[in-house]
Amino acid sequence: MKENDVLTKKVKKVSYKSLLIENIKYRTLLTKKYQSRKPYEKKDIKKITAFIPGTIKKVYVKPGKKVKEGDKLLILEAMKMKNELLSPTQGTVKTVLVKSGDMVSKSQLLIEFE
Amino acid sequence: MGLKQKSADLKKRMREAVKGGGTKAIEKQKATGKMTARERIMSILDNKSFHEYDLFVKHAGKDFNMDKKYLPGDGVITGTGTISGHPVCIYAQDFTVAGGSLGWAHAKKITKIMDHAMKMKIPLIGINDSGGARIQEGVNALAGYGEIFYRNTQASGVIPQISVILGPCAGGAVYSPALTDFVFVVDKVSKMFITGPEVIKSVLGEEISMEDLGGARVHCETTGNAHFYAESEEESFSQIKKLFSFIPWNNEKKAESFPKRGPKTRQYKIENIIPSDPRQPYDVRNVIKAICDDSEFFEIQELFAANIVIGFARIAGQTVGFVANQPLVLAGVLDVDSSDKAARFIRYCDAFNIPLVTLVDLPGYLPGVDQEHSGVIRHGAKLLYAYSEATVPKITVIMRKAYGGGYIAMCSHHLRADFVCAWPTAEIAVMGPEGAANIIFRNEIKNAENPDEMRKQKVKEYKNKFANPYVAAAYGYIDAVIEPSETRNFLVHALEISESKHEHIPDKKHGIPPF
Repeated sequence: MKENDVLTKKVKKVSYKSLLIENIKYRTLLTKKYQSRKPYEKKDIKKITAFIPGTIKKVYVKPGKKVKEGDKLLILEAMKMKNELLSPTQGTVKTVLVKSGDMVSKSQLLIEFE
Repeated sequence: MGLKQKSADLKKRMREAVKGGGTKAIEKQKATGKMTARERIMSILDNKSFHEYDLFVKHAGKDFNMDKKYLPGDGVITGTGTISGHPVCIYAQDFTVAGGSLGWAHAKKITKIMDHAMKMKIPLIGINDSGGARIQEGVNALAGYGEIFYRNTQASGVIPQISVILGPCAGGAVYSPALTDFVFVVDKVSKMFITGPEVIKSVLGEEISMEDLGGARVHCETTGNAHFYAESEEESFSQIKKLFSFIPWNNEKKAESFPKRGPKTRQYKIENIIPSDPRQPYDVRNVIKAICDDSEFFEIQELFAANIVIGFARIAGQTVGFVANQPLVLAGVLDVDSSDKAARFIRYCDAFNIPLVTLVDLPGYLPGVDQEHSGVIRHGAKLLYAYSEATVPKITVIMRKAYGGGYIAMCSHHLRADFVCAWPTAEIAVMGPEGAANIIFRNEIKNAENPDEMRKQKVKEYKNKFANPYVAAAYGYIDAVIEPSETRNFLVHALEISESKHEHIPDKKHGIPPF
């Protein structure tokens, strides 16, 4: 059942949910947008993710490699631009999840540090 | 050649030109379930009222062998006519001619009719059905779009501008509708996007259908780019005619007044609609119907940010704009989308001399990281800005909850509402009783033998003292506490005495709203 069908009165039966605001529980309908919102996740500095969808053009590191902050990790090509992803921290590469030629989506995990 | 021959020659030329892209192209258009541009104009306007302009305009393309091509009307039909006897300017892109693509002459025809609309101070209707810029004409096509956008902006708030999307409207072309007041879309016919599914796939590897990317439903539900959703072109046209019955012909006029008619009180009775428990939902649109003439409410953006309701109705024959929290959806909270939706509508009403009636029942703002990070501060500020800036009569009815920042934002006296009334069920407080008691009596609750019991008792105490309209009434923040059944009378009277309201805002070039 679509929430909007309820609004346009195409559906008679309505199943209310509750929404908590300032400690008060309200009986109401929730929107599709509200229900599909992304829960917040704290950024993990040890996880390198794709900031934009695109293609991996080159991978500079292998598992076990020690890197300094600012070292090149890989090249992610998107919108015809070659973007160098640099290490945000000092550490040791634990896993590399992509190889050259892979298409990646936004926020996809690429490299993990130990 | 005598007059007879010359007339015959004219008729022949006209016959050729009105054929548009020819029988085959017209059949193709029909096969996709679409009407032709000419049929669309005829369906919107009063019978036999259409007067065409620039039928014989020739396109300006010279490169790529374009000079050898004949494009009737250059892919757009323009002219004037009437809707319910009132004059309008109209244009319709003709997809059967070079895919309705926009070249220099095509754009020139559109800007000419736009200039005409501004000079005559009459509304402009644009029907979009175009493959986009005519690539063969290069930078001249881009120039054409720019000239249209500039005029849309100049005309904004002077004459009503509406856009009807009846086919593709892609790339730069989308920005003309986006600059106009109301956008009408039709299921399976309208398609609007900046970059299409093919580009998205090749660049980003994301696969999506045209309908899911920029179909009518998406723009009505998700993006908020469109205001009116219809299942068919005919339904869309009747929505357009209805809209024109509510709005004035330009910003110097008032909307046409109709004979006064009472609401359908047997069907819609406020007492039966509203649960007294502020946590229980109801459909606020029924309250509007219980108040307005003939119980006829013309809702705008029904499917987008449904936690706030906006639209036109009449009270004692006069058009008013309703803004109402909707407890049925997300408890009626304010958030990014609902603030955006209401703020733009308020500015529309203010620009076109339509009094605003605000119905208040909200728990406050929607909490959440996504809201904060989507800029609920800057979007929420739009609502405060729009209400504060509006100088049309502003009438506010507080029905139940009006807590915290939500109370201020929903056209309180502090934002210069002209009349604020509250029902006995109103709760005007700095926050909901549960939250307030938790803060004020924090220590008592923490140190009590039975904290839960103590909390309940303190919430009750707070409720008894503050969850009512009388504290705000004591400070004069509301003008009157009235029975819900008296609401219509209150509004009729308020509108009557604000008939010649005239308020000045400080001299300025323009304000800087938090766009």
